[in-house]
Amino acid sequence: MPIDPAPKRDLQARAVQVRKLILQAVHKAGAGHVGGPLSMVEIAVAMYFKILRIDPKNPQWPDRDRYVLSKGHSCIALYATLALRGFFPVEEVFTYDAMNSRMQGHPDMTKTPGIDMSSGSLGTGASPPLGMALAAKRLGKDFHTWVHLGDGEIQEGQVWEMAFVASQYQVDNLTAIVDYNKVQQFGFPKDGNLRRRVNPLVQVPEKWRAFGWHVIECDGHDFDALIPACEEAKTIKGRPACIVAHTIKGKGVSFMEGDYNWHAKVPSPEELAKALAELEAGVPVG
Amino acid sequence: MAKLIEMRATWGETMLELTKTHPNLMVLDGDLGNSTMAQIVAYNAPDFYMNMGIAEQNMMGVAAGMASAGLIPWLSSFACFLANRDLDQLRVTVTQPKLNVKLAGHYSGILTGKTGKTHIDVEDIAILRALPHMTVVAPADSVECRQAVLALTDMPGPAYLRITRDASPVIFGEDYRFAIGPVVPIREGKDLTIFGTGVQTARALEACDLLASEGISAHLVHVPTLKPIDGNGIVAAARKTGRVLTTEDHNIIGGLGGAVAEVLGQHAPFPMKIHGLQDCYGESGPNDAMLEKYGLTPKHVALAAKALLNKAR
Ligand SMILES: Cc1ncc(C[n+]2csc(CCOP(=O)(O)OP(=O)(O)O)c2C)c(N)n1
Ligand SMILES: [Mg+2]
Repeated sequence: MPIDPAPKRDLQARAVQVRKLILQAVHKAGAGHVGGPLSMVEIAVAMYFKILRIDPKNPQWPDRDRYVLSKGHSCIALYATLALRGFFPVEEVFTYDAMNSRMQGHPDMTKTPGIDMSSGSLGTGASPPLGMALAAKRLGKDFHTWVHLGDGEIQEGQVWEMAFVASQYQVDNLTAIVDYNKVQQFGFPKDGNLRRRVNPLVQVPEKWRAFGWHVIECDGHDFDALIPACEEAKTIKGRPACIVAHTIKGKGVSFMEGDYNWHAKVPSPEELAKALAELEAGVPVG
Repeated sequence: MAKLIEMRATWGETMLELTKTHPNLMVLDGDLGNSTMAQIVAYNAPDFYMNMGIAEQNMMGVAAGMASAGLIPWLSSFACFLANRDLDQLRVTVTQPKLNVKLAGHYSGILTGKTGKTHIDVEDIAILRALPHMTVVAPADSVECRQAVLALTDMPGPAYLRITRDASPVIFGEDYRFAIGPVVPIREGKDLTIFGTGVQTARALEACDLLASEGISAHLVHVPTLKPIDGNGIVAAARKTGRVLTTEDHNIIGGLGGAVAEVLGQHAPFPMKIHGLQDCYGESGPNDAMLEKYGLTPKHVALAAKALLNKAR
C-alpha cells in the first residue's frame, strides 16, 4: 500500500538533502565513499524519519530501536541523516574525516551520538545486532533491531553464521536489510569486460529463505515499497526477517550510478557542481 | 628532497613483472584491487589474478590449498584484515604446515587515507611475528619493497610484507641490495643507536639530521626483516653506542621495539627506549595531523632520542 503523499514528499526532500550532504562532505574531506552511501539514502531516511523508535535528545535511551550500519564504509549517509534528524548539528557533518572529529571514516560508537555499534570491517557488524535482539528478549524489552548489510558484504561467512543462529533461536525482533546494488568495491568482470565490474551474487532472497528467514523484496529507493516492507518485517513472528532492497550504487547522480569506480572516489569541483545540479533539478527519487 | 613513490604501486608492478617469470604465481585479492593495486595484474595479466570476494577467511584457506598443490599465492588485502580476520586460517592451514603463502599487507601503519580505526592496524607486526615459521618484512621504501617482493616470492614458506598506502621518500639508491634477514646500517654515529623499520626509517633519518644540528650523533640502522630477527646485527649496532632507541609506525608492544628488546635483553642489555604508537587505536585524519597527534614525526623521534640520552646519562 502506498504511503500518504504529503509525508512522502517530505521524505523525498530529506533524501535530496542527505545526498547533497554526502557529496559535499566527501568533496571537502578529499576522502571517503560515495557509491554505497548514495545507495542507502532512502533506507536511512525511512528508518530515522519513519520507522525507528528513537529520541535524538537521548541517543543512549535503553529502550530505543537499534540500527546497525554493518556496511560501515557508507557512514557519511548515516551521519547526514542523523544530523538532519537532530542528533547533532548539520555543520558537524562537514568535519567528516577531519582530525579529532566525531564523524569518523568508519562508524565509532564511542564518538558519534546515535551510532549503536562500531563497524567498518565488513561482516563484523552482522552479529552484534543479533546479540541486541537476543538481549531484548532476555530483558523483556520490546525494541526492534535492524542490521543494514551490503550485497558485497554478505560474501563474508560471518553473515551466514549469524543467519543460522538467528533463525535457530527464532529471533523475530531482528530485521536484516540487504542493500542489493549489485556492485561491490572491485568486483568481477561483467560479460568478460575487465573494466565493467559488478557483484555477480545471485539468488539473494533464496539464500536468506534457505536459512529460515522471512524474506521481503522491494525497491530500495521507493518509499511506497520500502516503508510497507519495514512495517511488514516488524510483524513477522517466530523467525527473523530480511528485506532484500533492490538499490542502485551511486543512485541520484547519473554519472555515478552503477559504476564501481565511484565506490570511493572523491568528486572534483566540476563533478560536484554537476551532481548537485542534477539532484536539485532531478525528478525526486523515492 | 627525496623522490616520493607509493609502495603499493611498486608491489603491483612487481607482481606483474613476476607473472612473466613465475608461471605458478597467483594473486588473490580480497575485493580491494583498486586500492592495493592488484588491479595492475587484474587488468594486464588476468590469468594470474582472482578476486576471492569480500571473504578473507576463505581466501586464506584457498591460498593454503593452492600452495600445497604447487602454486605461489600472493594474498592481497589491507594489513588489518590479513593480520586479524583470517588469523585462525593462517595459523592452522598456512604457518603450521609451513605452506608457501605470501601476504601483501597493504595500508599498514596509521596513514590509511583517513579510513580510521578499523583500517589502522597497530598490531600486525606483533601478531605475525608471534606465528612460528612466519617471515615478516617491512620495507623502508619502494626500492626495497620491489626487492623484498622478489626475495619473498623465491623463498619457500609463509611470509608477510608490510606495505604502505601513500607515497613515501625513496631512501635507497638503485645499487641497494636487499636480503631477508640482515639489518641495514644507514648512518654512522656514536651517541645512540636508532633502529627503525618500514617507512618510519625514513622519518628516523630526518630525525638524525635534527639531532646532528644539536650536536648529537645518531647511529641509524634499518631493520627490514622483523622475523627472523638479525640478532648479531642488532647486538653489534647497539654495542657501537651503548644506548638504543627503536622507532616504528606500530604499537610499542610486540613490534620492532619488542623484537629488539628480546634480543638485547638476553644478549646485551643496554639502556633502551621504545618509540611508536602508545598502545592506542587510530582515527581518521590527514597525514600530517595524524603523524603529529600520534607522535611519529622526525621531531618526535628526535625528542625520544634526547629523552633516552638524558635518562642514560
Ligand atoms: C573485512 C573487509 N574486507 C574488505 C573491506 C574493504 N571494502 C570496503 S567497502 C567494500 C565493498 C563493499 O561492497 P558492498 O557490501 O556491496 O557495499 P556497497 O556496494 O553498498 O558500497 C570493500 C571490499 C572491508 N571494509 N572489510
Ligand atoms: Mg554493493
